[in-house]
Amino acid sequence: MCLAVPGKIVSVDESNPDLRMAKVNFGGIEKDVCIQWIDDVQIGDYVLVHVGFALNKIDQKEAEKTLEILKKALPKISTKGKAFKT
Amino acid sequence: MKYIDEYRERTAVESLSKEIFSAAKKPWSIMEICGGQTHSILKYDLEDLLPKEISLIHGPGCPVCVTPIELIDKAINIASKEDTIFTSFGDMLRVPGSKEDLLSIKAKGASVRIVYSPLDALKTAEQNRDHNVVFFAVGFETTAPANAMSIIEAKRRGLKNFSVLCSNVLIPPAIEALLESGKSRIQALLAAGHVCTVMGYEEYIPIAEKFKIPIVVTGFEPADILQGIFCAVKQLEEGRYNVENQYKRAVRREGNPAAINLLNKVFERSDRKWRGIGLIPKSGYKIRDEYSEFDAEEVFQTEDSTAEESQICIAGLVLQGIKKPVDCTAFGKHCIPEHPLGAPMVSSEGACSAYFRYKRSFG
Repeated sequence: MCLAVPGKIVSVDESNPDLRMAKVNFGGIEKDVCIQWIDDVQIGDYVLVHVGFALNKIDQKEAEKTLEILKKALPKISTKGKAFKT
Repeated sequence: MKYIDEYRERTAVESLSKEIFSAAKKPWSIMEICGGQTHSILKYDLEDLLPKEISLIHGPGCPVCVTPIELIDKAINIASKEDTIFTSFGDMLRVPGSKEDLLSIKAKGASVRIVYSPLDALKTAEQNRDHNVVFFAVGFETTAPANAMSIIEAKRRGLKNFSVLCSNVLIPPAIEALLESGKSRIQALLAAGHVCTVMGYEEYIPIAEKFKIPIVVTGFEPADILQGIFCAVKQLEEGRYNVENQYKRAVRREGNPAAINLLNKVFERSDRKWRGIGLIPKSGYKIRDEYSEFDAEEVFQTEDSTAEESQICIAGLVLQGIKKPVDCTAFGKHCIPEHPLGAPMVSSEGACSAYFRYKRSFG
């Protein structure tokens, strides 16, 4: 139940200051999401969404850093596989 | 999808596996707290990518599984009342109470509805003013702010027909209880990334120091989990026991302060019974008195009862990491997702459900 999914902010509705909302795109599917606990939301930001609420913004710099660490380790293996099964 | 696919890349996952092989010199037991992580581990066969010296212990991080049987009975009691619409996340409907579950009373005519968000439950209350609408607020710290928000919003909108049956539980007191009991051989912990997205990880620092175990805040994708295991193994080999954050793209040290403020406004910490484990001091949230008009236990004045668990089911031992689902004689035979004896076979975060879905042929 602690599943949270990253999605991209496509529009923001701050007309109700007690319940700020956004439309968030999850790989093609759009949903209304409450962004009440997130400051300074910009269109194009990624947020982590759980039961209709954004828990936090995804920190793009930190995400890239993690990927850099993974990429650095890559030359150590010889065979390149396909994407991991989903 | 961005921020998911790149953490499922086979090359990244395999290279992390190699790093763990070269880092691990001794046998170590690592517990992943969250049932979501357990499901990823089973789904992607991550244990096959680890040296045999590393064993993973599945933790109690499944809120559906630890909701006490007495509260399920209470939910069934409330949902059976006339003029009541009972709303819940879908996972809860098949969780066995002492006699039946929410799905079976729905089949008998009770109005039990599945919602995706607590905000959907509020909408149901607005659309059905002549009914009492109850929301079954189950969850860890990840879900608790959304549950709290439904109460704040109900008050702001002046809803008199909305209440919440609250079963919010907290991870750090449960970890301490598990470590103190000494029943399972936990040497390092992967903390649940989304719980820490809300709460941060400062609460884990005294736990790591007290029990001298490394705690790594970890995400949910295969590369996240293996990186979390790698960090834990490295600390274990070097004799360190720090709190480390693998899931930096989502988790800050202080968590989400706005969500934490909301939690403190609506809830206070209270003792809570965990199904299969027992009473853990200060391990739950209860609704503060000033919001008691939205507390379903106050509104419906249901009596506390005691209920018997199935004699065969070993869910409690599975939740504490003492036994694996396949150690249970009922697993896959008398206990399947359609007819579960215990909650871990029902929930999408339950260890028994994960083994049933992904590892049954090895059971």
